[in-house]
Amino acid sequence: MPLLEISRLTHRFAGLCALSDFNFSMEPHELVGILGPNGAGKTTVFNLITGVYRASEGHIQFEGREMVGLTPHQITRMGIARTFQNIRLFKELSVLDNVRIACYGRVAYTPLEALLHVGRFRAEENRITNQALDLLAIFKLDESAREKAKNLPYGMQRRLEIARALATGPKLLLLDEPAAGMNPNEILQLMEFIRWIRQTFSVTILLIEHQMRLVMGICERLVVLDFGATIAAGLPADIQANPKVLEAYLGEEVNP
Amino acid sequence: MVFLKTAWHALKKRWHTLTDTRYFWPIFLMAGLAFCVAVDTFGFVDLYLQLILIYLGINIILTVSLNLINGYMGEFSVGHAGFMAVGAYVASLLTVHGLPAGVSVNFFFPLAILVGGVAAALVGFLVAIPSFKTRGDYLAIVTLAFCMIVKSVLENIDAVGGPRGLLGMEKLTTLPWVFFWTVLSLWVIRNLVYSNFGRGILSIREDEIASDLMSVNSRQVKIIAFVVSSFFAGIAGGLFAHALQFINPRMFDILKSTDVLIMVYLGGIASISGSIIGASIYTILLEILRPLGVWRMVLMPLMLVLLMIFRPHGIMGMREARLFTPLRDLATEKLWRQKKEGAPDATP
Repeated sequence: MPLLEISRLTHRFAGLCALSDFNFSMEPHELVGILGPNGAGKTTVFNLITGVYRASEGHIQFEGREMVGLTPHQITRMGIARTFQNIRLFKELSVLDNVRIACYGRVAYTPLEALLHVGRFRAEENRITNQALDLLAIFKLDESAREKAKNLPYGMQRRLEIARALATGPKLLLLDEPAAGMNPNEILQLMEFIRWIRQTFSVTILLIEHQMRLVMGICERLVVLDFGATIAAGLPADIQANPKVLEAYLGEEVNP
Repeated sequence: MVFLKTAWHALKKRWHTLTDTRYFWPIFLMAGLAFCVAVDTFGFVDLYLQLILIYLGINIILTVSLNLINGYMGEFSVGHAGFMAVGAYVASLLTVHGLPAGVSVNFFFPLAILVGGVAAALVGFLVAIPSFKTRGDYLAIVTLAFCMIVKSVLENIDAVGGPRGLLGMEKLTTLPWVFFWTVLSLWVIRNLVYSNFGRGILSIREDEIASDLMSVNSRQVKIIAFVVSSFFAGIAGGLFAHALQFINPRMFDILKSTDVLIMVYLGGIASISGSIIGASIYTILLEILRPLGVWRMVLMPLMLVLLMIFRPHGIMGMREARLFTPLRDLATEKLWRQKKEGAPDATP
C-alpha cells in the first residue's frame, strides 16, 4: 500500500487554477522531489496535503485514509510534518519551546491537570522536555536551547525548523525549498543531511526545490510541475533529458 | 561603580537562592494571608488604604487575565469589561436575591463569586468562537461589539435595575478574600502559561498557521484561553460589586476595558510580574495624583505615550521575574546542563 496517494487533485483560487489534475503516489521510505519554476504550484501541493488549503477537487489518501477536509493539526498528528519556504519559527520563543510546541499533540494531560499541577503533568512535562533536548542534541542545537529562535544564524534556523517538524513524530516529512539561500557548498552538506535524516528517523521525504543540483543529487524520483500541470515524472536522468522540462526551465535560453 | 555592580549581583544571587527554595512561596503567601486577616479583624490599617488595596487586588486579577489574551496569545480583546459585568451582576443577584434561607451571607459569598466567574466563563466560551476565524483588528471589533451588547442588555432588563443599576449588596469583599482570589488567579494563569497549553497559546501569538501545522489544536487553545481569562474577569467583577456595593451598566463600558488595557501594556505584555507591576503603578499613582484633579488624566496618558516610545512592550514586556517562573521550569535548565555534560557524541 502506498504511504501517500493523491488522485485528481485540483485547486483553484477564485478562478485561477493553481493545480490541476495532480496524480501522485509515494511508497514508504522514498525520497521524491517536486520540481518546477516559480509559481508552478509546488507549495500549493504542500498546502493541500497539510490541510492549509482545502482541495477544490480530488483525493489525498495517507495510509489509506482520506485527508481532504481534515484540519492541519489533525493531519500533523496522523504523521505528516513540514517546513516552510520562508522560515516560520516561533521567533520570540526559545529554541527548546519551539521543539516542545511540536510535541503538543502527544502530551497526555488535561487542561485541569496543567492548571493544578497534578496527575500526569509532571511526568509528561519531563518526558517531552527530555525528548526535545535529545532531539536538539542530535541536531547540534542543544547549546542554544535557551536562546530565542530569532537570534539563531540562518543555517541553524533551517535546522531547527527541520528538528521541530521531526518532533511531531512524522512518517512523511515535507521539505519546502530546504536549499533556499544556500551556496553550492552548503547544498552539498544539506544533501548529506537529508539522507542522514531519512536514515536516522526512517521517514519518507517529499521535497520541493528548484535547485537542480540538489534534486538531481538525492531524489530517487521527480515530478515536474508547470502552471499547475504535471509536465513530467520519472527518474532524475530521464527528467534531465525531457524536452518539456527543458522548455519550462530554459525556454528563453534556447536559440531559435 | 564596579563595587556597586558586584554588590548588586551578590544581592541578586542571595535573593534567588531564597526564592528558589520550594518553601518560599508557601511561607510568603501564608504571611500575606495572615496579614490580610489581621488587618481585616483588628483594623490597624485605615479604611481608605484598605479600599485601595482591595481595588489593587481586583485590578491585578483583571490585568493578569487580560494579559492571557492580549499578551500571551497576542490577540486584541477590548471586551474585558463585558466579562466583568457578567460576573458582577450574577454574583450580586445571588447575594441580594438568591440567598437561600438559613445560610449566612458570609458563607454564601465565595460561592456567589464563583458562580459569577463560571457565568462569565460560559460567555467567554461563546466569544471564543468568532476568534477562530477573525484575528487582530477584526477580533477587537468583535469584542468591542460584545462589550456594547452586554451593556445594552443590562440597561434593558428591569429585573436588574436597568440603567439605574443594582444595589443592596453588603460589603462582603474583604482584604483576605481579595488576597485569596488574586493569588489564585496569578497561580492558575502562571501554571497554564508554563504548560503544554500555554506553549500552544504562545505559538498562536508567534505564528498561528505554523502552530496548527505543529499539531497545536488552536481552537482548543483559544477556548481555554478565553474561558480562563473571562472566568477571572467575572471573579474580579463579583469582588468589585461587593466592594463598591453598587453597580450600573455604565461602569462596564469600553472605558473600563481601556483601564485594564493600560495596565496590561504599562506593566508589560506576556508577563505575570508585569501584570502586577502595571496594576500597582496605575492604581496607586491614580490615588497619589488625586490632588492634581483634572491634570491627573493628562499625566497618566502622557506617561503611557512616553512608555510606548521608550519601552513598547511595557516595563516587563515578554520577560518574567525569576520569582514567577515555576521551579520545574528552572529545573529544565538543570536537566539541560546535565545532558550537556553527559551527552554521548551525536552524529551530524
